[in-house]
Amino acid sequence: MATVEARQLVKAFEEVRAVDGIDLVAREGEFLVLLGPSGCGKTTLMRMIAGLEQPTEGDIVIDGRAVTDLPPRVRNVAMVFQSYALYPHLTVERNISFPLRAVGMPKEEIRKKVDWAADMFGIRRFLNRKPRQLSGGERQRVALARAVVREPAVFLLDEPLSNLDAKLRNSARDELKSFQRNLGTTTIYVTHDQAEAMGLGDRIAVLNHGRVAQIGTPQDIYLRPSDTFVATFIGSPPMNLIEDGDTWFGFRPEALVPVAQVPEGAVRMPLRVKRVEYLGAEQLIYGTVEGRGGDAAAIARIPANLDIGVGAGEVCDFALNRDDVQRFDRKSGRRLVEATS
Amino acid sequence: MTTPSGGARRIAGRAGHAAILVFFVTFLAFPFYWMLITTFKTTQDLHDINNNPYLFHDTPTFDHLRVLFNDTMFLQWISNTMLVGLAVVIITLVLAVPAGYALARMKGPWAQTLGIGIFLTYLVPPTILFIPFSRIIADLGLQDSLWSLVLVYPSFTVPFCTWLLMGFFMAIPRDLEDAAMVDGLSRFGAFFKVVMPISLAGMLTAVIFAFTLVMQEFVYGVTFITSSASYTIGVGVPTFLVRGDVYFWGSMMGACLIASVPIAIIYNLFVDRFVAGFTMGAVK
Amino acid sequence: MTAAVEQAGRAARTRGMARFADSERLLWPALLAPAIIYIVLLVGFPFLLSIFYSLSSATVATSDIHFVGLENFTRIIHSDTFWRSLWNTIVLTVVSQIFVLVFAGILATALIKDFRGKWLVRLLILLPWVAPISLGSIGWLWIFDSIYSIINWTAQAIGLFGEDFWPIWLGQPNLAMAAIIVVQIWRILPLATVIVLAGLSSIPQDIHDAADVDGAGFWRHQFEITLPLVMPITLVAVLFGIIFTFTDMIVVFVLTRGGPYDTTQVIASWAYFTGIQGGDLAGGAAISLFLFPVLVAVAILFLIAARRSEVT
Repeated sequence: MATVEARQLVKAFEEVRAVDGIDLVAREGEFLVLLGPSGCGKTTLMRMIAGLEQPTEGDIVIDGRAVTDLPPRVRNVAMVFQSYALYPHLTVERNISFPLRAVGMPKEEIRKKVDWAADMFGIRRFLNRKPRQLSGGERQRVALARAVVREPAVFLLDEPLSNLDAKLRNSARDELKSFQRNLGTTTIYVTHDQAEAMGLGDRIAVLNHGRVAQIGTPQDIYLRPSDTFVATFIGSPPMNLIEDGDTWFGFRPEALVPVAQVPEGAVRMPLRVKRVEYLGAEQLIYGTVEGRGGDAAAIARIPANLDIGVGAGEVCDFALNRDDVQRFDRKSGRRLVEATS
Repeated sequence: MTTPSGGARRIAGRAGHAAILVFFVTFLAFPFYWMLITTFKTTQDLHDINNNPYLFHDTPTFDHLRVLFNDTMFLQWISNTMLVGLAVVIITLVLAVPAGYALARMKGPWAQTLGIGIFLTYLVPPTILFIPFSRIIADLGLQDSLWSLVLVYPSFTVPFCTWLLMGFFMAIPRDLEDAAMVDGLSRFGAFFKVVMPISLAGMLTAVIFAFTLVMQEFVYGVTFITSSASYTIGVGVPTFLVRGDVYFWGSMMGACLIASVPIAIIYNLFVDRFVAGFTMGAVK
Repeated sequence: MTAAVEQAGRAARTRGMARFADSERLLWPALLAPAIIYIVLLVGFPFLLSIFYSLSSATVATSDIHFVGLENFTRIIHSDTFWRSLWNTIVLTVVSQIFVLVFAGILATALIKDFRGKWLVRLLILLPWVAPISLGSIGWLWIFDSIYSIINWTAQAIGLFGEDFWPIWLGQPNLAMAAIIVVQIWRILPLATVIVLAGLSSIPQDIHDAADVDGAGFWRHQFEITLPLVMPITLVAVLFGIIFTFTDMIVVFVLTRGGPYDTTQVIASWAYFTGIQGGDLAGGAAISLFLFPVLVAVAILFLIAARRSEVT
């Protein structure tokens, strides 16, 4: 259990700055997610924390100890790779025990620890198999067991769920979060999937072009995005942004409700319907906004059992609560704190 | 607490790295460097044991090269080698390209077994086959003719190039041919008009390697050919440039250099492709 | 309407599919046949002929060949030179390939990283393999020359050899064998290095990273992770080296012609001198057939290695 700090971290590859001045703290025991699109620097950042890349500038501090110049093996971190990186020529048992053998732990103790880790993930029966004989989900558990067995101070997880089938991903997500809660180890988790991030993270750091766009709880990020990038990256479908003078007028799809359901003083937002998508539990209404921002496209999200009463080509009377309106500066993209209509 | 010895370790590592490279490059390349010096040293200089062999005592001379080109059949041998090479490459391509393609696209476990089987015939050395061949060639009346080489050389270039081309073709996605067939081409048409143009680089690699194999060959050359006008370079230089006990070192070293370095430069350009094609054949 | 559509569909399918199936089934054999026929005729047939000659009275001169059973083999087995050449071949192969294995491992490890001038280094390293063997051997012939050997000169100049110590490399059996071994190492090393390098490059970087994070020090990393993963392809390199060295006659031919007094003969060169220069085709064929067992053993090992080479 330890805190992890990145101080003014920069990583430059020739002209490209993959990580461009990041200050970050992962608190003790917290599940911190690094979220962002490909190329935003999240994996590079994680690799620097692990010690697999050397920062161009800046420092990494783990549990109060500056580890910037230290090799990975003395940092007391464990990492689970996207590809799992299981040693293909070793059995599951030797895979899991590898880090313990590397530090010269006595055999009896190794055996106990391996059994403990294997039990935690229910893979005891695979101990004598080789990785190529296991399914994707089973390999992922072996990778987790290998990480856990050392009882490190920090877990680093690099998109460990992205190679799993979609169905498996949800249950794996649940198991992952519970296991982290039980162990209480500080965990840093990299993903590009915003739903995954929202579901798993105690806090989320949204990264863009090598910088932290915003760091906060899922609620913070969702309800009070710091700029248009965060606003449109989080949430599916993304926040609607409409040109309004020198600001963006922003509102989330679920904020649009039929005009009958909002109190006095709500903002009118009539939508000319282009297409309705029926998704089972909800509907997505694709359309253009009448009267604002020059026919800007917008999406509304309403429960499926609500009949909006209009068809394609017609206008539906939607409205917004004032509290649900966010404004962003058109030039900088940053959110303007005083929301006016 | 950072380790200050981290930096020192890195320097030591780099020095060790450089030392290893220097040692091996010297071992492997020195003979060619020595060939280079010998080619341009006067015979007097070469044979004067009091001189430092690394330095030029007399001014460097082109004499040895002149002798090589004017007074020996070196040029004839080069032309012989080129002709044989060209003919063998053509035969190899005609046989190996279709075979490699078939092995790459055939479904079923047979394909890889057959591919390996064909490749293994490359490992049957000329030194087992040359004795029966000497008789066969004589009986066919091809004794002392370059055609004997043209006939026999594909026996090792074809297995080797089939394996290589199999690897190259396997790297091309089947989707391309499927799309072509949906568009109206037959399987053969798809191969000819779609796959071959894309795999030109791979075929070029096979050509270079086949040619290199031809240039390196010695056993059949020395067995089938006896008259000096019909030698290839690999055979002519060691056997002809020796008059009794006198070795024309300068000319010989020049010949060795000329026959090695240009092809090595071309080879180096294709090595990566070669390795890719070679190892792809094993992954099915 | 549906019945008519169905019927038309069935007809189209049988027509189209029959054509397609036909073309696939005929196409592959048609493409493979020329190459396979050629190989069978030019490798299989001479090989069988070799066996036949070894059991016959074939010479270069006569066209009258008759079966003599194992007479040639008995003759060979009673020849001292034969045993000498068998011994030489084995020693030469084993010693040179051990060196090649170790050297290739070290050199490939040094080449795996990118560095400035790598292209040039690689070109220089490949030279011995690309150069025709006969020509490279001539180069070494000059290097080992009895009077002008650059090795001797340099060793004396730096004090390694004493004033009176001037080894005649190619004139003494043991030294000549050493010289031949050096040349074999020299020419096989580039090929082995390239193959081992390919094997090293095929190990995913993730595996190395995982080992680093898991705490493996340098030696554990090399021996427990890298070495086992590169072993299959290294085996292929070793097998190539064994075949090329065991069956080679060129280096011996150029450096010593098998001398002094046939003490450096190897199987392949002895087969040449007996069969081609000596005219005794049957004897030469019989000698060269002793290369075959090693070939078979290597081919089998090769197949095993190819099967094992799928790692992930």
